[in-house]
Amino acid sequence: MTHELVLQITVLVLAAFVGFEVISKVPTTLHTPLMSGTNAIHGIVIVGAIIVVGSTNSLLVEVLGTIAVAFGAINVAGGFLVTDRMLHMFKARPPGKDGDG
Amino acid sequence: MDRRNAFDLAYLACACLFIFGLKQLSSPRTAVRGNQVAAGAMGVVIAVTLWDSGSHNLAWIIAGMVIGGAIGAYSARAVKMTAMPQMVALFNGVGGGAAALIAFSEYHIATSSSVSLANDAVTSTLFSAIVGSVSFAGSMVAFGKLQELITGSPVTMPGQKLVNAVLFLAVLGLAASQYVGSQSEGVLALAMVLSLLLGVIMVMAIGGADMPVVISLLNSFTGLAAAATGFVLHNNALIISGALVGASGMMLTRMMGAAMNRSIANVVFGAFGTGGGGEAAAVGASGGQVRATSPDDVAVMLAYARRVVIVPGYGLAVAQAQHNVRELADQLERRGVDVRYAIHPVAGRMPGHMNVLLAEADVPYTQLYEMDDINDEFPRTDVSLVIGANDVVNPAANNTPGSPIYGMPVLNVDRSAAVVVLKRSMNTGFAGIENELFYDPKTTMLFGDAKESIMNLVSAVKAV
Repeated sequence: MTHELVLQITVLVLAAFVGFEVISKVPTTLHTPLMSGTNAIHGIVIVGAIIVVGSTNSLLVEVLGTIAVAFGAINVAGGFLVTDRMLHMFKARPPGKDGDG
Repeated sequence: MDRRNAFDLAYLACACLFIFGLKQLSSPRTAVRGNQVAAGAMGVVIAVTLWDSGSHNLAWIIAGMVIGGAIGAYSARAVKMTAMPQMVALFNGVGGGAAALIAFSEYHIATSSSVSLANDAVTSTLFSAIVGSVSFAGSMVAFGKLQELITGSPVTMPGQKLVNAVLFLAVLGLAASQYVGSQSEGVLALAMVLSLLLGVIMVMAIGGADMPVVISLLNSFTGLAAAATGFVLHNNALIISGALVGASGMMLTRMMGAAMNRSIANVVFGAFGTGGGGEAAAVGASGGQVRATSPDDVAVMLAYARRVVIVPGYGLAVAQAQHNVRELADQLERRGVDVRYAIHPVAGRMPGHMNVLLAEADVPYTQLYEMDDINDEFPRTDVSLVIGANDVVNPAANNTPGSPIYGMPVLNVDRSAAVVVLKRSMNTGFAGIENELFYDPKTTMLFGDAKESIMNLVSAVKAV
C-alpha cells in the first residue's frame, strides 16, 4: 500500500462524513431535488473520461472513452437542468391566488 | 506554483462549492441557488480538465460532450414531472456506465503496455468497473419498470438467491484472479458482463413500490464508482464528489428503508409481495363490507368539514391528477375549510415524489406535512381524502402483528372522523395485502380514475 493511497482514503472518508452531515437535515419536501442534484454531481466522472480520451492513441479507448464522455455529459447537463426545473416549482405561497377565480 | 498544483487547487475549490451547494439544497429558500452553485462548479471542473488535457483528441471529447449535453438538456426540458423517477434512474445509469467504461479503458491501456498495474490501482479499477456496471444495468431496468416498458411487479426465478450468490462469487473470483495471475482485460470484460447480469436480476426482482429505496441505493453506487475512478486517476475532485454522493445516497436509502420498516438487504433480496400473501389476505377481510359512495355525497362531506387532510399516493401520479387536486383544495379553502396534505416518505416511486408533483401544481410546500407532524392531527380531522394510496395508510401496520407490513410507520387516517378513499378498483397494494381501512365503517370508497373522480368532486363542491 502506497502512502498516496492512504492519503486518498483519508480524503474519501472525510468527504463521506461531510456527505452524511450535510444530508441528514434535508426535509422530505426536498428529497427528490436532493437526489437528482447529487445525481448530477456524480456526473463528474466526465472528468475521468476526458482525461482518458485526452491521453490515448488507442482507437478502442477513444471510442469507449468518448461514449463515457457523452454518458457523463448526459448525467451532468440533464441532472442539473432537471433539478433546476423542479426547484423552481417549490413555492411557499400560492402564486396569483386571487387572480384565477 | 507548478501547473499540477494549480489544477489540483482549482479542483479543491470546486469540491468545496459542491459541498456548499448541497448544503443550500437542504432549504427550499436557498435550494435553487445551491443547485446553480454546484452546476457552476461542475462547469469550472470540466473547463479546468479540458485545459489540462490539451488539444490531443479534443475533437472526440467535444463531440461526446455536445452529443451527451444535447441529449441531457433535451430530456431534462421535455420530461413530464410525473415521469421524474425514471428520468433520475436514467441519468444515474449513464453515470454508472461512464465510470465502468473509464475503468475498462484504463485497464486496456495498462494491460496493452508491458508494465503491470500495482495492486492498489487494480483494486480501484475493478471496483469502479464492477459497481459501475451493476449501477448501469440496475438503473436501466429501474427505468424500464418505471416507464412501464417491463412489468412493475417483482420478477423472480427459481433459485434466485442461489443464482445471485453464484454470480456474485464468480465476479469476486474473476476479480481475485487479477492479483495472482497475469492481468487480462478479457477477464475484466467477463466480470463486467456478469455484473451487468447481476444488476438486471437484482432490480427485476424488486417491486415498483420499493423503487424509492432502489433508486437512492443505485445513486449511491454510482457515487462510489465515481470515487473509485478518482483513485484510479489520482484525482481528488472525483474522490470527494463521489464520496459525497455515495454517503448522501446511503443516508437517503436508510431513511427510505426506515420509512418502510425494512432493512436494505430485505428490500434488495426480499422480493417482497411474491410470497406469504395467503396469510396476509385473511387479515383484513374479516367480515366487513366495502361501502361505495358518489361524488355528490363526498362533496357535501368535504364542503362542510372544518379540516380535510389529503393523502396522495402513486395513484395520483398515474392519473396525473395533481392539478385537479389543487383545484379541489382551492374550492374547499374558499369555503373556509382548512386543507392540508399528508406525505408519507415512501409514497410514490422515489423519495419526495409527491412533493414534486404537488409543487408542480403550485401547492405551497407549507401545506405539505411530513408523517410525524400530521399523525397527531388526524383525531382533529373531519375527512381524510386518500387518493391512490394504499399500504401507507394501512392500519394493519399498527394493529396486526401477523401482517407483513406490521411495524411500518403509516399515516393514521383511521383516527380521523371520516375517510374517503379514491381508488381505481379493489386491487391490493404492492404488498398484496388487504387493507382493513377499506372495511372500516367510517370509510367510504369512491371508485374510478382519480383524475375523473376529482374533477367530478370539484364541480360537485361548486354546486353545494
